[in-house]
Amino acid sequence: MSSVGFNGKRMIHPIPSGTRDVLPEETREVRAITDTLRGVFERHEYGEVYTPALEYESVLARADLAEVQPSYRVFDESGAVLVLRSDMTVPIARVVATRYGSSEPPLRFCYFAHCYRGVRPQRGQPRELLQAGIELIGSPAPQGTAEALTVLCHALDATGLKDYRIGVGDASLFPALMASLKVPAPARPGLLEALARRDFVGLEHRLLEAGLEPQDAELLLGVPQRRGGPEVLTGAPAPAVEAVTGMRLVHELLEPAVAERVIFDLGLVRNIGYYTGAVFEVYDPALGGPLGGGGRYDDLLGRFGRRLPAVGFALDVDRLHVALAGEERGTGALLANEASR
Amino acid sequence: MSPGNGLTIAVPRGALFAGTVDLLAGLGFDTEELRANDRKLLFEDIGVITMRPSDVPTYVEAGAADLGVTGKDVLLEQAAQRPGEGGREVYELLDLGYGRCTMVLASKAGPDPALEALRRLGVMRVATKYPRIAARYMEETGRQAEIVEVKGSVELAPLTGVVEAIIDLTATGTTLRENNLIVREEIVVCTARLIANPVAHKLKAASIDDLLERLRGLPATGVV
Repeated sequence: MSSVGFNGKRMIHPIPSGTRDVLPEETREVRAITDTLRGVFERHEYGEVYTPALEYESVLARADLAEVQPSYRVFDESGAVLVLRSDMTVPIARVVATRYGSSEPPLRFCYFAHCYRGVRPQRGQPRELLQAGIELIGSPAPQGTAEALTVLCHALDATGLKDYRIGVGDASLFPALMASLKVPAPARPGLLEALARRDFVGLEHRLLEAGLEPQDAELLLGVPQRRGGPEVLTGAPAPAVEAVTGMRLVHELLEPAVAERVIFDLGLVRNIGYYTGAVFEVYDPALGGPLGGGGRYDDLLGRFGRRLPAVGFALDVDRLHVALAGEERGTGALLANEASR
Repeated sequence: MSPGNGLTIAVPRGALFAGTVDLLAGLGFDTEELRANDRKLLFEDIGVITMRPSDVPTYVEAGAADLGVTGKDVLLEQAAQRPGEGGREVYELLDLGYGRCTMVLASKAGPDPALEALRRLGVMRVATKYPRIAARYMEETGRQAEIVEVKGSVELAPLTGVVEAIIDLTATGTTLRENNLIVREEIVVCTARLIANPVAHKLKAASIDDLLERLRGLPATGVV
């Protein structure tokens, strides 16, 4: 591919939008971050793995990836469909089932790997993103969740990120709320989808359409908007008690430095289908969106033939890099709008 | 604490401006300079930045503003049209009720030229400033359409024979009537919405919730 540029000069050898070349100055900075993260992961006894970027579509399809479906497909020599992986959690679930079929849990893995996602044009979204993360297999809630959050905070602290917070929610909370309030089954996917988009106006309209009792609708609209310190865990309505108790148990296991980073968010829903319990997202005021996230996926391993509870997180290394640079300069996203006041 | 709780709010210029400024005044903001100066963009004393409505989600998504006001039409146009396609990552917190308009499909009065084109040629041409909404609506209603994106007065396109129909936002229908166009289909009702940056929604939860509470308590703004 080649084309003629605006000034009449030939522009040569383009690369696909959403991909880029990383040159030495940036590579040095990114490498410093990944080396730091790797040191923390290894100190916590997470062993690094590599898996192929290409996998069989039929194998990855065992997981419910929802919004992060693989976007790139090719045929191999025999006509089988291969996909470029869209995350590392599913490949590691496959590795555990096939290579660690009889190993004594818990198993701890970490990775630094490129994943591939579809993009919308002209939004600067990456097709290829570098993820750094861990998977803790065979350690149930609340201990496993607390360990993952602890490693996450230790890793971010080690990179020098100062003002980050971790939003913690529970993927089972809203479905449990809908079930116990007898929301008609056909209305449930739409309500969950509106919540996942954080379209609270749409959620309210759909609740009205579903013909619920006013106090039930108010609960379904109000509970997911509760977020803040441990105080949001008190006074939860009965159907949410199980999820909220789970969050409190995790909170009790956290060391103080980790606990004070946590924001409990009863409306947190991640757009990946395989999460079953605790879910989390990492925020920093230097960035307008999350720079990583994770959660529990207690059913995923079973789909690959080894039933084990599991939890993990992935950080977007480039976004972490942007947040670190923004904090350093005091200019990122929400920092800039505060500085201008 | 200041009326804006230290939050930065993106305010749309244009049709939603007056309603939004009234809303801010109702919350106790000093809006005198905002009303008086229509060239200034940044009003740092009260934490307001002004821009065209379609830019509001851009600034809110980036975190340059914690909150913003824009039309549902803008949000629909910029939203993901199908799962997996990243739309603007902003939270929609409140239907503010004002700025009520309807997205409609309209064509020239008399026998519907769009119907005729569809019947005889199997495809209709539709001019719009909202190409993504238009494409999605035509797809959802199972009709072949060629979407013609225009930036200026959409009404001109059917009058000059460039297209058989338009998809556009109308409040009173006056402009359509003056150009001899009639509404054939109503697509969606759009009002002003309060949106939030996802990170600000967590890190500034107390300030945002307090503002929401006070907004809901305002009597005559039509907040739904």
